[in-house]
Amino acid sequence: MNAETGIGASALRKEDARFITGKGQYTDDINVFGQTFCVFVRSPHARAKIKSIDTASAMAVAGVIRVFTGDELTADGIGDLPCGWVVTSKDGNPMVAPAHPPIATEFVNYVGEPYAFVVAETLQAARDGAEAVSADFEVLEAVVDTGTATSSAQIHENVANNQAYDWELGDKDATDAAFAQADHVTSLDIVNNRLIPNAIEPRAALGSYDAASQTYTLYTTSQNPHVERVVLALFVQVAPEANLRVISPDVGGGFGSKIFVYAEETAVIWASAKIGRPIKWRADRSESFLSDAHGRDHVTKAELALSSSGEMLGLRVKTIANMGAYLSTFSSSVPTYLYGTLMAGQYKTPAIYVETQAVFTNTAPVDAYRGAGRPEATYVVERLVETAARELGMDPVELRRINFIPTDAFPYQTPVALQYDTGNYAASMAKALELADSDGYMARKAASEAAGKLRGRGYSCYIEACGLAPSQLVLQLGAGVGLFESAEVRVDVSGSVTVMTGSHSHGQGHETTFAQLVSDRLGIPFDSVNVIHGDTGRSDYGLGTYGSRSIAVGGSAIDKALDKIIAKGKKIAAHMFETTDDQVDFADGQFSYAGSNEPKPFAEIAGAAYIPAVYPLDELEPGLSEKAFYDPSNFTYPAGSYVCEVEIDPTTGETDIAKFVAVDDFGNVINPMIVEGQVHGGIAQGIGQALLEHGIYDSSGNLATGSYMDYAMPRADDLPDFQVDMTSTPCTHNPLGVKGCGEAGAIGSPAAVMNAITDALGVKDVSMPATPQTVWQTIQQGT
Amino acid sequence: MKINITVNGAEQAVDVADNALLSDVLRDALGLTGTHIGCDTSQCGACTVHLDGRSVKSCTILAGQADGGEVTTIEGIANGEELHPMQVAFRANHALQCGFCTPGMIMSAIDLVASSDEPLNAEQVREGLEGNICRCTGYHNIVKAVLDAQANM
Repeated sequence: MNAETGIGASALRKEDARFITGKGQYTDDINVFGQTFCVFVRSPHARAKIKSIDTASAMAVAGVIRVFTGDELTADGIGDLPCGWVVTSKDGNPMVAPAHPPIATEFVNYVGEPYAFVVAETLQAARDGAEAVSADFEVLEAVVDTGTATSSAQIHENVANNQAYDWELGDKDATDAAFAQADHVTSLDIVNNRLIPNAIEPRAALGSYDAASQTYTLYTTSQNPHVERVVLALFVQVAPEANLRVISPDVGGGFGSKIFVYAEETAVIWASAKIGRPIKWRADRSESFLSDAHGRDHVTKAELALSSSGEMLGLRVKTIANMGAYLSTFSSSVPTYLYGTLMAGQYKTPAIYVETQAVFTNTAPVDAYRGAGRPEATYVVERLVETAARELGMDPVELRRINFIPTDAFPYQTPVALQYDTGNYAASMAKALELADSDGYMARKAASEAAGKLRGRGYSCYIEACGLAPSQLVLQLGAGVGLFESAEVRVDVSGSVTVMTGSHSHGQGHETTFAQLVSDRLGIPFDSVNVIHGDTGRSDYGLGTYGSRSIAVGGSAIDKALDKIIAKGKKIAAHMFETTDDQVDFADGQFSYAGSNEPKPFAEIAGAAYIPAVYPLDELEPGLSEKAFYDPSNFTYPAGSYVCEVEIDPTTGETDIAKFVAVDDFGNVINPMIVEGQVHGGIAQGIGQALLEHGIYDSSGNLATGSYMDYAMPRADDLPDFQVDMTSTPCTHNPLGVKGCGEAGAIGSPAAVMNAITDALGVKDVSMPATPQTVWQTIQQGT
Repeated sequence: MKINITVNGAEQAVDVADNALLSDVLRDALGLTGTHIGCDTSQCGACTVHLDGRSVKSCTILAGQADGGEVTTIEGIANGEELHPMQVAFRANHALQCGFCTPGMIMSAIDLVASSDEPLNAEQVREGLEGNICRCTGYHNIVKAVLDAQANM
């Protein structure tokens, strides 16, 4: 193994060369001949009937080419934006999804929903044109509040009580019985605040249609271009699949918000054929706030049943999840299969029952945002556990320890469907306590108090299900797609390698990590491996990047293709050695045979593959290029222990994160530098949720936090340095022993922060985000 | 209107609309797409460039205001093949992930270090970069990179 670039080395990133020099190619950086510009006309009302739309004045604006309304798309056979996961309610009925035309036709249902768009020669003309579009609306009563949505005005004609589904998981009777015999019950009413993802690159699309070949090319900011293509072709029916190429070039962050198929790229690619010219759109940040799918937004009642000695006996959770106005692409799965299934956490709680009611409101659609369901689940479990420890007068670490699933219990079947393959939760906890200098805490607390500050400490032990996902299992549960991943390894004549992956990197560094994997296994230089992603015209159908799946599923697919490359290489080498392939070994980039003292380097076999002189072509095809599809047999289960210490100024309510320790078990790690970076970013988003971020709609459905002036993004001076370390129990069911690391930080950190704040203040609960105002008011009220 | 600006060392005469922003002119007229647009309220800092040696958010300046000025963008800070120490430090410290905020972050960081008489500490770097938003890194490695780079600037 190469110490600088092999598996386990913190190789510096290949992709950085273009990013640090301004040579990245993001969608908005791409310009094509004859391109026009598009601006969307968005609803100013949270809920209204569209009585008429006047486009005549817009058409009169100089430079405006066309103004399109939703009716024109519908008339052209353009279908609804679908939700790809059908969740079944308790009563056996499938979820109820309202119609979701890409461009609104009869009704608008959230502020910012597009109801027309203007295509013009210049962006300025398109903006002027959009200003000139007017509509006659009949304004209707808006439904905004998550908790009361089911008893509010009915938004969609076909959706009674504004309820998409009422889902359950677990054994209700067993759970009720556990509560009946409990010595102690801890209850919490929890609000998981709405977040707005805010990848720094706004969404964008550049669609063009080539009439001569009848082909469509869409450049867009997607985390999963193949899914985008399949949805646009098969469901929305913009173009036949074969005639549609989707390219996601460099993408500036996603965090879930760029998984989904949105109105804007649909409109742009469709309309490019109508006007016969390419059309470009890039969201303004204010549009991103209004129209990117938001995250979280749960209202939950959670109860934990315990024995007097702190043994966790049962967990009961009832959640209302806000879906926004429509069911976005994967929205339905987030508060169900990515949430209820995680309620066992790291504990052997024997009885768990979870109910989730998904409701519609007149707000932007809510879908997966970094962690997607798992941060919400961790928040429920870890706030409950910490609160229970305080109520029982126990050390919260000790209460966790006595309830951890022990290392000899794996594989461990939870009462909520998942089977954890491996883990060592006590090991992560021990390492985290050591890193956090747990023994020095009382002295630090005393020092804070001497300085007039309040100090608190909180823990969070999360688990997540990553590596989405075993296809047949998720298809059974209502998913509309399999969740395998594809890979192709093309060896060049000289022995260099091009890898095509269905995973998509939008910051994760796959061009580096995957190259490390390939160079390590083939024993070839890191620099001779190129990784290609994000283009449906170049790589096989794949599912893209979200749910921390890329290394566990995409990496495993590459590994599987490498197996095939090595197997074929052995066959070729066997002919050269004049032996059989089972006599050939491959290690450190050399094919060798015991009967020969002249091993054949990988590059020599690559050359022989393409210059097929040494082997019989009726037995062996020429060339050295292999594909693989990898379908995982289980989820992966990263887990970790986080410790947060806060120092609060009681005069201002300001919270300072004095210490943040994260110890994660991601199994085997290919590039520790990249993995630590992923953890840092996740923690920043988790601290953002806990202290700063909140997507707020006013009572009439206007987004009150629609810009960086109102929505508090974590900035450099809001955050501390993080102390990050790892433990490892390799995944048992994928060839690399990897688990995935993208979401852990965002999953584990909010509960750690809020446990620390409630500890400092000596109160049961504080709502996120714990802004200085909220904290100060809590101190004044003393509850 | 016609403006004369020196961009990355080359004098340019550019026709610009009266209301054109410097960021738009850099990207659209001059093809310097390393300067990114991440917001519409001058908050995110992705469009940061240097105007006459100081960092500015190029979305906050009319192109006309830069008339006669000297603009440096991310494309202009390396010395030929030799990267600027801040570029080197960002890569060496894994201070970027998606890369979108990176050009603005690097341009701000260069000015932050260059305009300080004393070596900066971590807290000063965090305060100094408050006008640039990164959603990927949690700033941890960005702070490390800037502290690292200042030794070589």
